[in-house]
Amino acid sequence: MHFFRNLKRNIATFVLAVTALTGLQMKTFAQDDKTLLGAGSSFINPLFSKMFAEYNAKTGIMVNYQSIGSGGGILQLTNKTVDFGASDGPLNEEQAAKFGVPVLHITQASGAVVVTYNLPGDNNNISLTPSIIADIFLGKITTWNDPKIISINKGVNIPGLPILVAHRSDGSGTTNIFTNYLSKVSPDWKTKVGSGGAVNWPTGLGGKGNEGVAGLVKQTPGAIGYVELIYALQNKMDYAKIQNKKGKFIVPSIASVTAAGNVTLPEDSKIFITDTDAPDGYPIAGFTWALIYKEQNYNGRSLDHAQKLLKLLWWNIHEGQVFTVPLNYAPLSKEALKVAEKILKSATYNGKAIL
Amino acid sequence: MDLKIVHFYHSPYFFYLDKVFMKKVKSSKGQIRAESLFKRTLVAIGVSMIVLVFCLMLTLIIESVPSMKSLGLKYLWGKTWDPVNNVYGALPFLLGTILTSFLALIISIPFSFAIAIYLGEYNPKGWLSNFLKNTVELIAAVPSVIYGFWGLLVLVPLVRTMEMKLGILPYGIGIFTASLILAVMIIPYAASLGREMIRLVPSPLKEGAYSLGATRYEVIKNVILPYTKSGLFAGILLSLGRALGETMAVTMVIGNTSIIPTNIFSPGNTMASVIANEFTEADHTVYLSALIELGLVLFVVTVIINMIGKGIIKKFTNE
Repeated sequence: MHFFRNLKRNIATFVLAVTALTGLQMKTFAQDDKTLLGAGSSFINPLFSKMFAEYNAKTGIMVNYQSIGSGGGILQLTNKTVDFGASDGPLNEEQAAKFGVPVLHITQASGAVVVTYNLPGDNNNISLTPSIIADIFLGKITTWNDPKIISINKGVNIPGLPILVAHRSDGSGTTNIFTNYLSKVSPDWKTKVGSGGAVNWPTGLGGKGNEGVAGLVKQTPGAIGYVELIYALQNKMDYAKIQNKKGKFIVPSIASVTAAGNVTLPEDSKIFITDTDAPDGYPIAGFTWALIYKEQNYNGRSLDHAQKLLKLLWWNIHEGQVFTVPLNYAPLSKEALKVAEKILKSATYNGKAIL
Repeated sequence: MDLKIVHFYHSPYFFYLDKVFMKKVKSSKGQIRAESLFKRTLVAIGVSMIVLVFCLMLTLIIESVPSMKSLGLKYLWGKTWDPVNNVYGALPFLLGTILTSFLALIISIPFSFAIAIYLGEYNPKGWLSNFLKNTVELIAAVPSVIYGFWGLLVLVPLVRTMEMKLGILPYGIGIFTASLILAVMIIPYAASLGREMIRLVPSPLKEGAYSLGATRYEVIKNVILPYTKSGLFAGILLSLGRALGETMAVTMVIGNTSIIPTNIFSPGNTMASVIANEFTEADHTVYLSALIELGLVLFVVTVIINMIGKGIIKKFTNE
């Protein structure tokens, strides 16, 4: 009854709310000269927020970035509702086919995935080899005192706890990088599971988001899982040293992640830098890319607008890189920067280079 | 008789009525228009609800077509959910949904009925009754993510300790924990409806039983419960509907594995939770479509359970 008594007021409130929302929407989609729109990866959102705030202070250009996930960003770019997308993985064949026209991948920063665990006692630096990690996540190694683990961790007191595997339950770029790595180092993993943002896990429990996996690991003695390096650093979690392709055991850090990207990259930069050849590189690392159309004259966009977009991305990979380390992102390596510059210069307006 | 009528005609009251009616006749045309407009509005809003539900179902069906084409009916009893190889089977999630919902219902019924009987019969008024009633209603108002957190931080360690004592793999997380959380969340629905139903039992019925020497327990057992059973069952149905669709709290404590559950302590997953987890990053057509088909299956399961429930309520009422 109370509702009906206030019906008039309720209707008025509702109308007001709708008007406000529509107004907001219209403002978001307005293509004015000083606003650029982006959407995608939530992993890079903290870095982008900082970068774009600085860029706005410097140039007066507003960048409106919506952190809706890589898949969503790609979809928005396909529908041409944003100027650029951002993704933690390169476009797959189906996504590229949907675009129908060439899309440029411009590396923005790197991130890494760390293997975190919960062992009682002072075990904050155990070492793992690729085959051990694959066997644990395949469910083949089920206890911590397995001879394979003991043999490379001499002098470390490892208890005989059963292993509980924790993985992401939501589709994510983190899972994509991690399973891509496992597919590269373990033929068994490649045939049985494969790689993707979500896979059919042979064993273990799923947690939603980095915090879900971290929660499972923290609560269960003997648990092992994987989270983003940034998340592990911010939450001071234990993570394992991992043996890379050159046989070195590497501690995941900003330097070793940047080093992982310091290899010869393909011209389109569409590559997972997992299991890197770099001698000091951490093997479970990956790029986040900004995605733009190669031909910028679409949907009646002006040359000026295209120039503004490219200048922003150029600034991101040069001056903008100083904001990476304070926020625990790994800056681009020299090689990655070289390739990104070349790719940006290949963008065109009516077939003519923009930069 | 005649005299009376004459008397009435000349009474001041009659003139007053006459005035009112004259006024009414003048405005009758406008009134009729307003009446029909009101009726038409009601019909339009009612029909739009039906259209909405059918559009919802139609959308689900259309969007599921790619998945139906590539997987066929095998989708329903397939045991693997493998986005990498585009093989999708909904059976583990179907089982998980039904198992958690019914387990939650079984756990919640003693509580919701006890609350309904206490508030409806023993203590319908007073501060304690009000306090209990408002507290129970508050349970329904708490956002589900808060139950999820509470489950993860409090319930999971408790269940883990219990599992250790029972000698089961001590995950702490799984179908049993999810059912416990769900049970708490659905108690208010059956309890509130049950309370209203019990208060509506005509007092002559109860007084009759008391006058024949029945005790309070006997009145509840032989008069109140039989009289209200269809209402109580409707409350259970409402609870079940809530349990089937609950997403956030469940996904935080169920373990999210696509392996078929072997017992009530094993980890599992529900349809709603899979959709919530994987929808945003489903990166190819069949994958997305398989998730939408999962929504369709959930929709159909809900409809079937509701229809069975309505049938049972009808049977109860006819008896």
